[in-house]
Amino acid sequence: MIYERRASPLHAARAAVASAWCVLLAGVALSFEHPLVLGVLLSTVIAAAAGARVARRVLLALSFALPFAVVIAVINPLVVRDGLTVIARFGSVPVFGRLDVTAEATAYGGVLALRALVVIGCFALHSAAVDPDDLLRAFRRISFRSALTAALATRMVPVLARDARRLHDAQRCLAGEPAPRRAVVRAVAAGALDRAVDVAATLEVRGYGAARRAPRGRGRPWSRHDLAFAASAAVLALIGVAAYLGGWEAFEAYPSFTAPIDARLLTLSAVLASCALLPFADRRGIGR
Amino acid sequence: MNAALLLEHVTYSYPDAVAPALRDLDLRVAPGEFVVLAGGSGSGKSTLLRAASGLVPHFHGGEFTGRLESGGLDTRTHEPARIAAVAGTLFQDPETQVVMGTVRAELAFPLENQGLGAAAVARGVEEAALALGIAALLDRSTHALSGGELQRVALGAALAGRPRLALLDEPTSQLDPVAGDELLGVLRRLNEEWGTAVILAEHRLERCLSAADRVVALRDGAIACDADPRGFLDWAAEQAPELQTPGARLFSLAGRRPLPVSVKDARRTLAGGDAGRLDPEMRGESARDAVRIPAGEDGGRLDPRVRARVARRCRGPRIEPALAFSSVWLEHKGGATVLRGVDLAVAPGDRVALMGRNGAGKSTLLRLAAGLVDPTRGKVQRGGRVALLLQNPGDYTLRDRVGDELPADALAAAGLQGLADRHPRDLSGGERQRLALAIVLYGERPAVVCLDEPTRGMDRGHKDVLARLLEGLAGSGTAVIVATHDAEFAAAFAGRTVLLGDGQAVADAPTADVLAGGWYFATQTARILGGAALLPEAGAALLLREAVVA
Repeated sequence: MIYERRASPLHAARAAVASAWCVLLAGVALSFEHPLVLGVLLSTVIAAAAGARVARRVLLALSFALPFAVVIAVINPLVVRDGLTVIARFGSVPVFGRLDVTAEATAYGGVLALRALVVIGCFALHSAAVDPDDLLRAFRRISFRSALTAALATRMVPVLARDARRLHDAQRCLAGEPAPRRAVVRAVAAGALDRAVDVAATLEVRGYGAARRAPRGRGRPWSRHDLAFAASAAVLALIGVAAYLGGWEAFEAYPSFTAPIDARLLTLSAVLASCALLPFADRRGIGR
Repeated sequence: MNAALLLEHVTYSYPDAVAPALRDLDLRVAPGEFVVLAGGSGSGKSTLLRAASGLVPHFHGGEFTGRLESGGLDTRTHEPARIAAVAGTLFQDPETQVVMGTVRAELAFPLENQGLGAAAVARGVEEAALALGIAALLDRSTHALSGGELQRVALGAALAGRPRLALLDEPTSQLDPVAGDELLGVLRRLNEEWGTAVILAEHRLERCLSAADRVVALRDGAIACDADPRGFLDWAAEQAPELQTPGARLFSLAGRRPLPVSVKDARRTLAGGDAGRLDPEMRGESARDAVRIPAGEDGGRLDPRVRARVARRCRGPRIEPALAFSSVWLEHKGGATVLRGVDLAVAPGDRVALMGRNGAGKSTLLRLAAGLVDPTRGKVQRGGRVALLLQNPGDYTLRDRVGDELPADALAAAGLQGLADRHPRDLSGGERQRLALAIVLYGERPAVVCLDEPTRGMDRGHKDVLARLLEGLAGSGTAVIVATHDAEFAAAFAGRTVLLGDGQAVADAPTADVLAGGWYFATQTARILGGAALLPEAGAALLLREAVVA
């Protein structure tokens, strides 16, 4: 999942704005629980990825995330005892104790999985469409530590991807069956801290964080895409906050699963999707 | 005038370390001085450079005493990011030293961090790119660069701000001899024309000694020698033979003085009269006894029978090859052609060195041999399992204990029996490589063992151990192929050398022939003696014979 400049409105927007837009879209997903809204948001992320010409990459990331989502969906009914509708009784099970699986916990597991997919999709879109170099420059002016964290987050992906490729190749050079993929993933994860330390050391010796002020000279003027995505992000943030505080969605997972679909919810979903996707309609000046 | 680097009683221990990595160091490097740091693996070279860049102790923690000033900034009161404005730093692993997405952004990054304006940044980027010969790479993605290209880009980023002090940890380790020489030329120019003080840690001292004003040798974290290059060579001849350059070793063994700093120096000494005097103790019988000529060799050249055997193998073996490439091409879809019709046959027990410039196709050929990639045209025929040791030995260890990687008997065979409870990452470079090689060799006996740049970052002691290990493998009938930039290692180990150029085998002959006559792909001994011998031992034998005859 390496950034590559494409001719798209999201790529054309400045990195700080594009990043905020992706993060706020994920934030909206975290503030809603209704399956319809989450479904619309997942579709919105995929449509946005198509608008940014990175749909294949985002879909690939979602396909990798699918097993993770399934695990969430399966674990929730096993560990949550809430809900009135028991659909399976397993009696007393070691570790779990008395295990009664309810329809509500199963359905809510699905909701959590859907929400995880939306969030992962947003960050996949972020990796593919937000210029990490520009983001690094933008963060430099705010705070060294948050900039370092952001830089590591964006830099570690390609470094760890290369590590994983090398480890996989090394395993193929051995006699007998190569180690399972999870062993490679575990080794890469175990080495991630060392690699992060190396990358962070490099940022330090390149003087990152030394210049708190912006480089001299006029800043880049705000383009139509900067403005469009900034406005979209602001509206998304407002809707998210208002929905969270105002209880706009009539959703209850327990004790019985209630997810009514009414005109207000349909309007909210439509507004969210349109607000997120409108900036992609303007295709002027999206080239390099 | 402030020193470029000043250390006063500096002692440093990493967190939880048993012994200090630096011990009571006193060192002063003047502005514009070119200092080479010498020493074996683990002697403290990298730690000293990290201390000079401020990473020690700010970044790594641990216990630091004494005073260290880099470019006039006290590292106790200035963070590494501040010190970066006066000291450019390059570490060993280029993969983690490139932090931006394009080469242009990478070179601009340190300049922007200094708060320079757009015009100054643009000029700095252009100058750094031109100085390091990477102007053609400016708009390339850093993810698409080779190891050698990454290293040059990282060096460009370290030097882009024209720092007063350049701290470089083995900057040529990934580079072929041509690129390595070019890079040292650039450093010399920076040093002479810009007055940048250079502190360069390097194992292959023969590459950089002629550029140095001073050599500081470290041993167990303390300064063992601080002298000009000739003084250092005299000290090394007595106290640390493993640090001698091949040229100095040649002269030491032949009893010649003074010890040469460069090839030119050595030739001048040999051509001169009493300047190239024979040590009085090295005359007559003692001269003959002083040097043991390698069996079956004559002055580093192969016995005619051996030569004929190798030549036959080069032409095409009559016995079943352990590995054969027939008209092998590798063309990337939408990309470059890496290999162009390579024909190569390797017989059981062959010891082959694969040499060539960065990007010539050496690593690709080894990956084809091991079946990691398939040729787009042609055929690869394997006489059995092909074991491949890739460049990073750490890639072969997936578990938390050395003992979980291999059974006890395999560890014992690799000389690692006492390390079963250690974490693989805690092993030294040499131990890690022995472990990786043991992992690769474990199981079905391989017909061919391939090693990709195994001597990168290794000191001479470890190289000798590796060469003996590989000779043992070849002696048992396993063909061994080593891709390397290290001509000295190739000469010590290989009977046959294949030189790749632009994806083709441009030379395939006995090592003595390939490495004797080249400008770049030649050992230092061969360059001194005009190709009459490859290794110091054989060259010294020749010189002694001449002296005895005279």
